[in-house]
Amino acid sequence: MSTPSVREILSNGLWHNNTGLVALLGLCPLLATSSSAINGFGLGMATVLVLLLTNTTISAIRQYVQSEVRIPVYIVVIASAVTAVELLIHALLPELHKVLGIFIPLIVTNCCVLGRAEAFASKQRPAIAALDGLATGLGFTLVLTTLGGLRELIGHGTLFANANIMFGEAGRALTLHVLEDYRGFLLAILPPGAFIGLGLLIAGKNLLDARARQRGAAVPVVQATHCAPSALPTP
Amino acid sequence: MQFATTTSPHVHLGNSVGRVMRRVVYALLPGLLALVWIFGPGVLVQAAIAVSTALAAEALMLTLRGKPLGRFLGDCSALVTALLLAIALPPLAPWWITVLGTGFAIIIAKHLYGGLGYNPFNPAMIGYVVLLTSFPREMSSWAAPLTLHGSTPDLATTLALVFGERSAETLDAVTSATVLDLLRTQIGLGHSVTEVRSSPVFGLLGARGWEWVNLAFLAGGLWMCRQRTAAWQIPAGMLGALAVISTLFWLVDAARFAPPWFHLFSGAAIFGAFFIATDPVSASTTPRGRLIYGAGIGVLTWVIRSVGGFPDGVAFAVLLMNIAAPTIDQYTRPRVFGARA
Repeated sequence: MSTPSVREILSNGLWHNNTGLVALLGLCPLLATSSSAINGFGLGMATVLVLLLTNTTISAIRQYVQSEVRIPVYIVVIASAVTAVELLIHALLPELHKVLGIFIPLIVTNCCVLGRAEAFASKQRPAIAALDGLATGLGFTLVLTTLGGLRELIGHGTLFANANIMFGEAGRALTLHVLEDYRGFLLAILPPGAFIGLGLLIAGKNLLDARARQRGAAVPVVQATHCAPSALPTP
Repeated sequence: MQFATTTSPHVHLGNSVGRVMRRVVYALLPGLLALVWIFGPGVLVQAAIAVSTALAAEALMLTLRGKPLGRFLGDCSALVTALLLAIALPPLAPWWITVLGTGFAIIIAKHLYGGLGYNPFNPAMIGYVVLLTSFPREMSSWAAPLTLHGSTPDLATTLALVFGERSAETLDAVTSATVLDLLRTQIGLGHSVTEVRSSPVFGLLGARGWEWVNLAFLAGGLWMCRQRTAAWQIPAGMLGALAVISTLFWLVDAARFAPPWFHLFSGAAIFGAFFIATDPVSASTTPRGRLIYGAGIGVLTWVIRSVGGFPDGVAFAVLLMNIAAPTIDQYTRPRVFGARA
């Protein structure tokens, strides 16, 4: 596998092969924790950390791992990284830890982490793999935060409520009451709101891509296949 | 679409989507009149809001999708969706409830799934369920029936409540709990069905006032089945199953479970059986499948009413069986003439 350029890695991770909108990996945390922008951002950042750690480690040990046992090895690396990140969040941001709860340890089962390890990190230099982890994680964070913001805005009429759980007391100033006296639209906060919102986001991305293609830009048609090892389930 | 006929002398029945939909509207008329008589002109106001929203939303989506406006607006399918939703809504609901529900039904539940003929769920019921889960307070204040209250709110009061400020006092003066609400809360408090039934909101068959509305819907529905606009198997299956399961549980414990005639003649059972469940797009399409589909709705309605979290369950039951309809069709396909079983 030839080494992709930095530009390619960034554009794939953030847009063209976005985990949430194109590969549709990690849907379980995506749908469950996107009830507000801050929750989504928190879980996204945790995933960025995990992806950075796992991609770098797996890339660094790629010469020593027999291909027959690579999946268990990757899983051990991923599980250790997730545990470390979870303990870190528990220690530094206990409020965020309380809100996200089970979904931080569940990053282990996020198929995108294993997908990037198998499809990318195991074949590239650590620096490139780390960049890919960062780009993929940020792409995931982008979708999580957008979906969270959308649901929060429609559901409660606020944006970045409870920002203090991530940024301390200074974060309170971030909260925007976009719609005053809003009575709330409960559906957006309930699980159906997550599915409808994600569907609309995917449609929006496809629309933008179609427009770009019309203008003559070279936009790859879905290339989700090389992120997901087909034999693995995608939770 | 009119196909050119070849060889055999085929006779075209002349049916079209528009004709079927218009028949549904005619069949709704007796029920609508009964609703106006018992609950005041609220339902007509709701219908006006819903129909204008539905036509606007339909026109918007058709334009976005590049479809001919005249042909698809003229088939009356959006009109029927809007009318069904307007009948399901409380007559005094604020206007934005109706606009939101109808818009959701047409834009998301109908057109985002591919438009008429492709929607897996009944659009009117999606709109209703969205409103019910999002705005339980607005959705649970039903107008008090004429027979209980002695009068119905006049047009001015209705318009003021629908479009203007809604104070709790004016609202409380013209609304009352429906029987299904009452039954749910009272049984929750430990009262028996017989005690609850002595309350004045209960009539001969089901809820006072509601029984007339339901009889009118029954008449319209039977006419629709006779015209073969609706498949008779679906209402038969649904009302039959609802009657059987409620009779069984009523015989076992009459203090905890309401009698079958009460289940059949209150809430949305009859309206749902003839007008909601029979939506030709989202319902089962084989004769045997329709019986099973209807029976599923009947049983689920009873279960949701008796042990679920909502007073009435027809909308949820219909949506749940919509999910099951393709599978039911798969296993009940009739044998092709001449093929081995």
